[in-house]
Amino acid sequence: MKLSGAEIVCESLLMEGVEIVFGLPGGAVLPLYGAMANYPQLRHVLVRHEQAASMAADGYARATGRVGVCSATSGPGATNLVTGIATAQMDSVPIVAITGQVPRAAIGRDAFQETDVTGITLPITKHNFLVMEVEDIAPAIKEAFHIANTGRPGPVLVDIPKDVLMDLRTEFIWPDRPNLPGYRPPGAAPPRQVARAAELINRAQRPLILAGHGVIISQAYHELIELAEKAQIPVITTLLGISSIPTSHVLNLGMPGMHGMAYNNLAIDQADLLIGLGMRFDDRVTGRLRDFAPNAAVVHIDVDASELDKNVKATVPVVGDLKQVLKQLIPLVTPNVHLAWHARLDELKAQHPSLYIRESEELLPQYVLNRLSEVAGGDCIVVTGVGQHQMWAAQHCQFKEPNTLITSGGLGSMGYEVPAALGARMGRPDKTVWSVAGDGGFQMTMCDLATAVENKVDIKFAILNNQSLGMVKQMQDVFYDREYYAVEYSGNPDFVKLAAAYGIEGLRVTRKEEVDDAVRYAMEVSGPVIIDFVVKPDEQVYPWIPAGESVNEMIESQPARGGPY
Amino acid sequence: MAQPAAAAPPETHTIIALVEDKPGVLTRVASMFRRRGFNIASLAVGRSERPGLSRMTFVVNGDLDTIKQVTRQLDKLIDVIEVSDISTHQVVARELALIKVATTPASRAEIMQFAELFDAHIVDVTPESLVIEITGGEQKVNSLEGLLRPFGITEMVRTGLVAMVRGQESGIDPENLGIPPAANGLIRMDSGI
Repeated sequence: MKLSGAEIVCESLLMEGVEIVFGLPGGAVLPLYGAMANYPQLRHVLVRHEQAASMAADGYARATGRVGVCSATSGPGATNLVTGIATAQMDSVPIVAITGQVPRAAIGRDAFQETDVTGITLPITKHNFLVMEVEDIAPAIKEAFHIANTGRPGPVLVDIPKDVLMDLRTEFIWPDRPNLPGYRPPGAAPPRQVARAAELINRAQRPLILAGHGVIISQAYHELIELAEKAQIPVITTLLGISSIPTSHVLNLGMPGMHGMAYNNLAIDQADLLIGLGMRFDDRVTGRLRDFAPNAAVVHIDVDASELDKNVKATVPVVGDLKQVLKQLIPLVTPNVHLAWHARLDELKAQHPSLYIRESEELLPQYVLNRLSEVAGGDCIVVTGVGQHQMWAAQHCQFKEPNTLITSGGLGSMGYEVPAALGARMGRPDKTVWSVAGDGGFQMTMCDLATAVENKVDIKFAILNNQSLGMVKQMQDVFYDREYYAVEYSGNPDFVKLAAAYGIEGLRVTRKEEVDDAVRYAMEVSGPVIIDFVVKPDEQVYPWIPAGESVNEMIESQPARGGPY
Repeated sequence: MAQPAAAAPPETHTIIALVEDKPGVLTRVASMFRRRGFNIASLAVGRSERPGLSRMTFVVNGDLDTIKQVTRQLDKLIDVIEVSDISTHQVVARELALIKVATTPASRAEIMQFAELFDAHIVDVTPESLVIEITGGEQKVNSLEGLLRPFGITEMVRTGLVAMVRGQESGIDPENLGIPPAANGLIRMDSGI
């Protein structure tokens, strides 16, 4: 039976097990929407802005480990997806974006709503396709999903001209396998390299594991803990590695880097071996490279060969799927206790209590997150935006289960917290999803509250409202002599009334005593709830290694001084 | 010791890549070089011995760490099938140049002598100019260009280097061609690993 190109897209999505498509239609993609209407197995979630479509697909993908799918029309529809696509690229998240394109005959003529979206997304996708013949649709989608969710995952965009979507010439033929001779995601690592890594680990006196997003992506949780416990190696988790090992695990030291624990940065400074697992030595982790880990050899294991030696030169680079490599590595590692090293770390922790929340009558954002996490129980999914609240969540929330922190790390996309929470909850309706938001980011994407309401998606929003772009303000405070410019929000909406406008529950919390009850109440209510936590406005995030500096320039806590505080 | 990747003095490397002959591949490759700030000294693209595959020859300036990044980033592109830095191999490396030189009745003979010395061909003659076609290694072409410059080069085009490993070896792993092999964790240019 001959099918249209659009029907072939739908059939292909079904073959890939897709259940949800986040999107917003428009002229060029209309044939696809016409076809989707006849495929009730594909649930289409209509967003209010395409940025929410790509970010919801991202949140869905991170929460489930499956490919998230979004769609948009040509031109502005496609360009609105871009921030979400770039977010997914930086954080290695598998999404497939399907965009309509103007008809083939109009391409290159600056037609209405024409934009070169494969050109635009070329550097921010793992790969992309412009499908110019209807018989290429099924192979392109097969390949797109394969590329997106194997090796180091990432976003793939498939752009299809309107007339190709309408083309009725061909039958649906689903290829057996993707035809990608240039794509060979690594599996296990060369044994020689694993042996060299084990040798370094067995010799090390002061080793540290740096666990990144790769642990979560390859689901190597068990292996990470096994390796750490076997040789009693402390584990530092990067922002995206948080929740790869429970917060309460005795070997888990938490986050390093710019706003990481002071004792972790000092530990890295003193370590004689760093074992980087599925992480990329991002500048927020390393600070100034020449001062990073001056005493350490480096074992770096990653599925992406181009990450090795990119920022930090590895003594032993190992290319391979992390879970498989750890399974190869663990038997070669000799049990150890590293008593002296642990004693040293305990000392550092005692001398540099980075997580201390001071007594205060005011509503401190750290306090809110600490209580929220405690009351919510540590097994919910926390989705954050970007900025101070994100760092406080990374520092003060407890994570019991793997893969329960979802945050835009690499790109740092404000506004991520609303749509990503939508996607996460739709992917994991069994989990409570807390969207921890800043008032700045929340207002970037809050139009998609309507999408949550419409689709009865139960998200709990905790807005840490300091009426400003807090992180930027913090930087202006320290680096620009408190010349605050363009960081204060004096016209914020009343978020409680906003909730009412969307027909959902809204609460305002201004005092410490109200925090626990508000969180409890939000979890009891069925349906979305917004809590507007009006927090102390000038609270700053510490510890802090300013950008481009090193552990030697670390500021451990907010300096006491006069002025606006 | 953990230390920033980079240091060593810049070198010139010859890298070959087999790529799928599809629209947009050159853009992907060029975009990667631009985006990562790598410096291409020359790039030549043409058909390879295999239908559907093109072969690119890059001459890239950079230290060994940079070149390692270049090859790994190239290899990461889906349409790139195989990448190899053949700088340490015995290679035949050639480029072709067309050089248009201004001539006078007095200078013509001398220019033609130079061309002959370099095994170059005169492919066009007018009363005021000659077009010389020269094939050879980069140094040879540079030398002739230098000799001709005082006469007045009015136009020149150089193809950029194409290169091939001498003897039986190809610099390309046959396993990585044709039918995709099972994922094996092997990355060709891991000789440094």
